[in-house]
Parts: sequence; C-alpha cells; structure tokens
Amino acid sequence: MTENENTTNDPIIICEDVHKWFDDFHVLKGITTTFKKGEKAVICGPSGSGKSTFIRTINRLEEHQRGTIIVDGIELSNDLRNINLIRQEVGMVFQQFNLFPHLTNIKNITLGPIQVRKMSKNAAEEAALALLERMDIADQAYKYPAEISGGQQQRVAIARALAMEPKIMLFDEPTSALDPEMISEVLDVMRELAHSGMTMLVVTHEMGFAREVADRIMFFDEGVVIEEAPPADFFDNPQHERTKLFISQTLQH
Amino acid sequence: MMEDNSPKVISDKIPFYRDVRFLKVFFQILFIIGIILLAGFLYSNMLNGLSRQGIELNLTFLNSEAGFELSEGIDFEPSETFLKAFWVGIVNTLKVSILGIFSATAIGFFFGIARLSSNWLIRQIASVYVECFRNIPLVLQIVFWYAIMLVLPVVRESISFFDSIFINVRGVYLPALEGTAGLILWLWYLLSGIIIAIIVVLGLAAFRYFFQSRELHATSRPSFISNIIFGAKWVAAPTFLIIAIVGWFLTPEVPFELSRPEFRGFNFVGGMNFSPEFTALLIGLAVYTSAFIAEVVRSGIQAVVKGQREAARSVGLKESQVLRLVVVPQAIPVIVPPLTSQYLNLAKNSSLAIFIGFPDLFQVGEIMMSQTGQSIPIFAMIMVSYLIMSLTTSAFMNWYNHRITRIGRSR
Repeated sequence: MTENENTTNDPIIICEDVHKWFDDFHVLKGITTTFKKGEKAVICGPSGSGKSTFIRTINRLEEHQRGTIIVDGIELSNDLRNINLIRQEVGMVFQQFNLFPHLTNIKNITLGPIQVRKMSKNAAEEAALALLERMDIADQAYKYPAEISGGQQQRVAIARALAMEPKIMLFDEPTSALDPEMISEVLDVMRELAHSGMTMLVVTHEMGFAREVADRIMFFDEGVVIEEAPPADFFDNPQHERTKLFISQTLQH
Repeated sequence: MMEDNSPKVISDKIPFYRDVRFLKVFFQILFIIGIILLAGFLYSNMLNGLSRQGIELNLTFLNSEAGFELSEGIDFEPSETFLKAFWVGIVNTLKVSILGIFSATAIGFFFGIARLSSNWLIRQIASVYVECFRNIPLVLQIVFWYAIMLVLPVVRESISFFDSIFINVRGVYLPALEGTAGLILWLWYLLSGIIIAIIVVLGLAAFRYFFQSRELHATSRPSFISNIIFGAKWVAAPTFLIIAIVGWFLTPEVPFELSRPEFRGFNFVGGMNFSPEFTALLIGLAVYTSAFIAEVVRSGIQAVVKGQREAARSVGLKESQVLRLVVVPQAIPVIVPPLTSQYLNLAKNSSLAIFIGFPDLFQVGEIMMSQTGQSIPIFAMIMVSYLIMSLTTSAFMNWYNHRITRIGRSR
C-alpha cells in the first residue's frame, strides 16, 4: 500500500468505534482505524467534519465517550497515569502555534524535557539547540516567540514537540495560520520529519503535501471517514460523490 | 471683487474669536483663574470662620503634651507629644495593612485557583466563600470578628496549639524571634561581609576586564557589567554567606532566640501578642479583601487562552505543572493592576479600626482633634499620610508590573 520504506506492519494507534459528543452534537460517529508505525496519514475534509477533534482525542485533549483508543500498547482510559504516558509519546503541533509567550524559544523547547523527562538543564538545552539547528533557526534560540515570524514560531513549536522524543506526531492544520510565503518552510521541515520515519497524523488542506508525503489520505465528513486511500487513488480515482466534490473544489486554485 | 477661476482661498486673517489656537489657550486660562478664585474664596472663608471661633491655624500644638494613653503600638506615654501619638497611629496602620495585604494575597490566590478546580466540591466551597465575604459590608465583618474575640475563653483556659500558640480573650499569643545582646555584634559582621564582598567583586571585575580578557576578540570580550554580575553570583554571594555563618558562631551569644509565650502569674509573657482589636481588624480586612482578590486571580487565569493549557498538556506536563509553569506566569500581568487597587482598598479600609477602638492613624487623629480642636491641620495630616502610603504602594506595584510585562509578549 505504500512506497515509503519506513512504514512497518506494526500497529501503533488502534481506534475502535470512537464516538464523541459536544453536548448534543455528535462530532465523531464511530471511527475505526489503525495507524502503523512510521505511517504518514493525511486527514482532510470540510470544516466541522470532526477531523481536528479526531486527532485531539488521540492525546486526550478531547475525551472520547465511547469506543477504545490504544496508543503504543497503552489504552487511553480515565487512568491519569495512562493519559500522562500517552502524552509523553505523542507530540502535537497546533494551528495557532501555542508557544509559551513568557518563555524564550529555547525555554519553550526545554520545558517538557526538564519537567517531565527530568533531563538536566544542560543536556536539554544541548538537545534543543540541535533541534533548532535541524529546523534551521538556531539563531532564534534566545528570542521570545513574539519576536520571530509565524513560520519560525511554528518551527519552534515542532521542535518543542520533538524534544520529548515522541513516537507519534499530530499536526492540527499546521500551516493554516501562516502567511503564504511561510507555508513552504514549515512543510519542508515536515517533509524532512516524514523521511526520518516518524509516525505522523496530519490534518491539512495542503493537497500537494498530501499527495507527496502521505501513505494514506482519510476523508472526513460529518463525523465519519467516508473514504480512505493512498494519494494516487484518492486524487485520481475518488469513489464517493462527496470526495469528488471536495477534490474538485480544493484543486481548482 | 476679483473674479477668476482659481479655487477660493480663505484669507489668513481670522478674527480672534474664531481662531482655534486662541480659543484653546483662552479657555484654559479662564478655567485656571476660576479655580484660583474659588480656592481663595473657600480659604478666606475658612480663616474667617476659624478666627470667629478663636482658633489659629498652626502646627505648634504638635509639640505639646498629648495627655492621653494609647492601648497598643510602639511604647507611648501620655507625657509625650501629639506628634509622637500620631506616629504611633501611622505605625499601627502600617502594621495592620502590611500583614493584611500579605494574608489577603495568600488566601485570595488559594480561593481564586480553587474556584477553577476540576473538583466540584472545592469549586463550590470557594464560590460560597467568595460570595459570602464580598457581599457583606466590611464594618459588619470587623465587628463580627471582634465580637468573637470577646467571647473567647479567659486567659487561664486559653485555647493552645502545640503549647506555643495561645488564643484567649486578650488576643493571640505567638512565638517570636527576639534579638539578643549578640545581635548587634552579628549585624557588624554582616556589614563587614557586605563591604568585603563589594570590594572583592569590583576588584575582580576590574582585573578581568583590563587584563584577563585583553587577548580575547573585541566582540566576545565580556562587558564590565557582566563581569560584576558574574562576580556577584559566584564570588560575592558565597563570601557574604561564609562571613554571615562564621560570624554567627563567633558571636558569644546566639544572635536570635525563639521566645515562646509562657503563662506566668496572671498572663502570658514573651513571644508576641496581637490584641483582640488588632486580630479582629486583621481577619476582617484580610478575609474581605481576599474574596475580591480571588475574583481578580480567577479572571486573570481565565484570560490565558485555552491553547496554552493544551500545548502544555501536549508536552506531558501534569495539571499542577501546567498551572505553575504556564498559566500563572501569564496570568500575573493581568492580575497585578486590579490587585493593586485591592491593596489600596485594604489600606484605606483599615480606617474602620475606629469602630472597634484600635488606635490606628484615623482613630489617633480623632482623639487629637477632640483634644486640640485643630481639626483642619489634623485632617490634612491624616489625608496626606494615607495618600503617601497609597502612592508608595501603587508606585511599587507599577514598577513590578512594568518589570514583568517588559519581557516580549506582544501577542
């Protein structure tokens, strides 16, 4: 199913009949799927389809009310210890970056390793600088988030997530809040991350990125996955009417 | 008139009653004259009234003998002057205000955070606390606490905690640190420690600046200031600590000793004592103000956007760490300005001491007015004293606020 040599057959995230309600609104209506270690899944769909909510259930930023989610062999239950363990395994990148404005960029990155992984300050800073180097923004380490551009902020946010050495990375519309000329610098970093073998779940409208990087594209509509396929099949031979409409609309411009 | 096609230009000559520049200045001058006239009228009216009653406006009475006693505060004899009595009042006001501000802040932060707890019971208790204490008039609360203080057991049957805290109808008795004869000597050691540390740091910084780093490249050469900071951290602080500790052991008598209240004869001796009046006023002010501070803290925490908590959780921080490391530091700049108003309110509300007979600034002033009849200068002195206290508090809080908001946060 894939041309990516990194993907294995070991499942790392198992979702079974996941349901979620916001009060009366049924956001997720039974999602059943499995993500393999090293897989890159792009999740798309119209707004309000539940795609963001779905990836947010995987690290318990949203609680699911029915069904099971198992991440790296740990069941996401109401056990606080399990939730904390899973959050350490799963990194997340947000649409609005959500960097901590009162900390310098490097402190943003070292906060988790020092507080959660109990790393020494020196070791954490060394690792953070290496990550910033990888993100090509080592010179911004000692500035505050407000002092750098949106694209740079999002790369700091990616470095912050990677600093915890997660096995899975969740991206919730990482380029939607960026000016057009900054989108590519963030996508470049994500591409590089994909080639390194990271398991990635990406909610995005960047169809070019999806076609190039994804092993699988999942199309959400009204809380269900109505179509999922490798990019080639998804774009060139969509099965569902709703998918066809979506593809024609997104590829128009 | 001349007829041509060029657009009409209004002439430069504007009559003064239409000239905006003139009118602006004119009305300001008019306003100032009006105020001066009004103030002058009131002042001469006041002088007339006073001279009709045979009172002269001057401050010489401050140096005459007070002739009254004050129930508490720094040592004061009736034979001392009015000025000294006024000072006792100021110190009492400061004491209750400062202690009140610290306790109100601690209690307020606790209940403010508790109101946002995920635990239903804690949340409800905090809500009840806040709604009760901020909706009952402060005078009532102070009188209520005073009434409670007055029905406490007599001295012989004091409520005691760990044999060192005693509560009875005469107030609260607490252990206290008391300086001994060795204290003065030890303070001299401390002073010499500070001087030695300063000399060492300056010398070291100068040495490093002029000699050691000469061969370094100009850009990487540390500045004189950074040398001083480095020295202060790694040399001065340890030097000072060592001198302080060595000095502690060199003094023949231990500089401080813990004095515990002890029951002797008919009363407690040693430690420190809060009178029932002081205790009631302190509890009243602290509890009342803490309810408002709790609301200030809650609104500050809620002002931190949701994404900040989510990001903090997503890197694996525990809820307590999310609060301590991410939410509270961002809430503080939002909290500080309204917190300042609460501090000012507390200090000013301490004048309600008059209802339970605690000799604060206002009550001492009242006594002085009735003894001397010099109500106008005394009123002015009281107002100026409160003004100075309040302005000092807000100046400090503004400085603090400026310091913490300076760091880059222009989201």
